Amino acid sequence: MAENILEVKDLVKHYPLTQGVLFKKQVGAVKAVDGISFELKKGETLGIVGESGCGKSTLAKVLMNLERATSGQVLFKGEDISQLSGAALKSVRRNIQMVFQDPYTSLNPRMTVGDIIGEPFEIHPEVAPKGDRRKAVQDLLDVVGLNPEYINRYPHQFSGGQRQRIGIARGLALKPEIIICDEPVSALDVSVQAQVINLLEQLQSEFELSYMFIAHDLSIVRHISDRVGVMYLGKMVEIGSDEEIYDNATHPYTQALLSAVPVPDPAARESRDRIILSGDIPSPANPPSGCRFRTRCWKAEDRCAEEIPLLAVPTVLKGAAAHDSACHFPEVRVQAAA
Amino acid sequence: MNTAVDTAKREREAPYEGPLLDVRDLHVEFVTRDGVAKAVNGVDYSVSAGETLAVLGESGSGKSVTAQAIMGILDMPPARIPRGEIRFRGRDMLTMGKEERRKIRGQKIAMIFQDALSALNPVLSVGYQLGEMFRAHRGVSRAEAREKAVELMERVRIPAAKQRVNDYPHQFSGGMRQRIMIAMALALEPDLIIADEPTTALDVTVQAQVMDLLAELQAEYNMGLILITHDLGVVADVADKIAVMYAGRIVETAPVHELYARPAHPYTRGLLDSIPRLDQKGQELYAIKGLPPNLLRIPPGCAFNPRCPRAQDVCRAEVPDLFPVTEEDGTPLEGRGSACFFWKETLHDR
Repeated sequence: MAENILEVKDLVKHYPLTQGVLFKKQVGAVKAVDGISFELKKGETLGIVGESGCGKSTLAKVLMNLERATSGQVLFKGEDISQLSGAALKSVRRNIQMVFQDPYTSLNPRMTVGDIIGEPFEIHPEVAPKGDRRKAVQDLLDVVGLNPEYINRYPHQFSGGQRQRIGIARGLALKPEIIICDEPVSALDVSVQAQVINLLEQLQSEFELSYMFIAHDLSIVRHISDRVGVMYLGKMVEIGSDEEIYDNATHPYTQALLSAVPVPDPAARESRDRIILSGDIPSPANPPSGCRFRTRCWKAEDRCAEEIPLLAVPTVLKGAAAHDSACHFPEVRVQAAA
Repeated sequence: MNTAVDTAKREREAPYEGPLLDVRDLHVEFVTRDGVAKAVNGVDYSVSAGETLAVLGESGSGKSVTAQAIMGILDMPPARIPRGEIRFRGRDMLTMGKEERRKIRGQKIAMIFQDALSALNPVLSVGYQLGEMFRAHRGVSRAEAREKAVELMERVRIPAAKQRVNDYPHQFSGGMRQRIMIAMALALEPDLIIADEPTTALDVTVQAQVMDLLAELQAEYNMGLILITHDLGVVADVADKIAVMYAGRIVETAPVHELYARPAHPYTRGLLDSIPRLDQKGQELYAIKGLPPNLLRIPPGCAFNPRCPRAQDVCRAEVPDLFPVTEEDGTPLEGRGSACFFWKETLHDR
C-alpha cells in the first residue's frame, strides 16, 4: 500500500461568535469542522461529499492553511503544517494547491492568462527561473488542452470549461503533490463536465498527483474517487472505498443521501426506494448533543442523544460493510425488491 | 369578496379541448452591441393539463428565454419576438392586449424561479408577499390576505406557519424559501406552472423533498407543469415527455422512457453517454467534444454539427427539420421527433 502523503488528526476549526463592540465577549462558536481525522495516500483520490454547510469547504481551507486550525494536526509527509508560518509555510504550500469552484470569479479579469498562470512563479521563483517562465506557462497551457498561443488573452475571452482549465493550469504550475479540488465541475455545463473530469484523471496519472475531490455530485465523485468520506455538520460520519460507501453504506445519513440522488433512468422511477429526510440541517453553532444526525434520523434512540458515536469499524459487521462508520446502529440497508 | 374567487373557479373549470399551452414557431432575439443574438429559433411545444413537460438544455440553449417569453417577462428591448405564437387555451397571448395578458400571468400561468432568495423581496415579510397575490388579483382585505398566506404556507408544509408568517426571506433556509416560491405560484390556483431550475440551488436531500411536494400538488390541482432543467436525473424522475434544446432549437422530443432508452439525436445520446456509469469506473468518460456555440454566430446548417460525431456535408449546409421518428418498419413512434438527418442511424445504432 502506498504511503500516506497527508494525515489529518482530530482537526477542529471553530469560528467564534462575539457580542459587544469594544469588549468583545465570545458567546459561542460556529463549529464548522469539529474533530476530523483521515489520511490521503500518494496517488489516491479521496472524495468528500456532504450537503452545504457540512464543513467540506472549510476543511479545504484549513488544509491549504488559508484558515488557521483551532486545534488538531495536518501532517504532510509526517510534518505538522497546521501551525507553520513564514518561510516554512511558504515552502510547504508549494506542494498543496487548489482548484476552485467558480472559474468566473477565481480568475482576475484584468490579468492575462499568462500572468495568471505565471503568478505562482513570482512567489516561488525557484520552480521556473525568470527567462523560462513564458515557456513554462505555454507548456502548462498545452498540458491542460488549451492553445499555447492564447497566452496573452484575458479570462473573458474564454468559456467556462476553458477557464476551469486555466484554473487547473495555475494549480499545476508549482508541480504540487496534492491538489484540492473544491467543486471543480459544478459550475460547468453538463456536456463540458466530462471533458474536465477526463483532464483531471489524465493529469493525475501523468504527474502522480493525489487529489482531494470535494463535490456534491455523488455520481461524479464515485467515478473519480478511490475512497469517499461523507461529512455531516462538521463531522466525518463514514469513510471507505467507493464500493464500501456506495454499495454497503452503514450510516443512515449516507443511505439517505444516496437514495435522494435522482437516477438518470426513468425505468428506476417506480422501483426506487427513497428515504426522504425531514427538516433541514441544524445550525453548526448549536449542533445536537450526541450524534449530530439524530434529529433527522429514523433510527435515533435515547443513546444517540447522550453518546457521541465514534468513527470506527463496527465490530458487528463483516466484509465490505466493515468500514469506518460513526453510528451506534450501523447496518447495510436492504433495498426493497423491485 | 368570495364572489371573485368563485368566478375564478368557474373559469378554471371551463372545459377546453386540446393542449393548455401551445407554442408555435417561436423566435426570440436579443439586439446587442455586437449583433443580434438568436436565442430561440423556432420552438414548438405543447402542454396539457396534468402533464409534465421537461425542457432539457445547457446554458444558452434558450430554455429559460422561451419560458420568459411565455410569461411575458422578457425585457423588450433588447429582446424582440419577430415571429411565433404562444397559444394559451387556444388564444394567442402575443397578440392580445396588455390588460388581458396581465390577467393570465400569475392567475393562469405562474412561474417558480431558480434562486428564491433573489426572487423574493428581502424587505417585505413572506406573509405580506404571499398575501399580495390575493390583494392585487382578488381584492381581499389585509386580514383575509394574511389568513390565506398562512393557509398556503401550511399547504407547502412549512412548520409553524402561523408563527413564521411575519418572518423575512433571509430567516428561512434554502429549501423553505423554495417552498414559499411554490406557495406563491400556487396561490391563485393556476392552470400551468413553469418551474425554471427549481431545485438547482438546493442540496440533494432537500431537492427530493421539494420535487415530491411539487409533483403532489400538481396531481392535486391537475396542473400542467413545464420543468426547465439541465439535470438528467431530475428529468427521469418526474417528466412525462421531454424536449431537448440546443442553440435555441428543439433537437429532440420524446416520451421520457423512450428518450433514455433510445435517443434519436446525437446530442441527446452524447449527454446520456457522458453520465458516469458504474461499469466505466477508472475509464475515460465519454465527452462531447468542443463547446456550445456562440449565439451571435450559430454555425450554418445543424448548430450541433461542429461537435457531432456523425456530421456529414449535408449537416453543414442545411438546417434539419424536426423529423417524425419511426421504427425501422415505418411504424410511427408517437410524440417522437428528432432534428437530425441521421436520426434513423442514431436510433437503431445501440
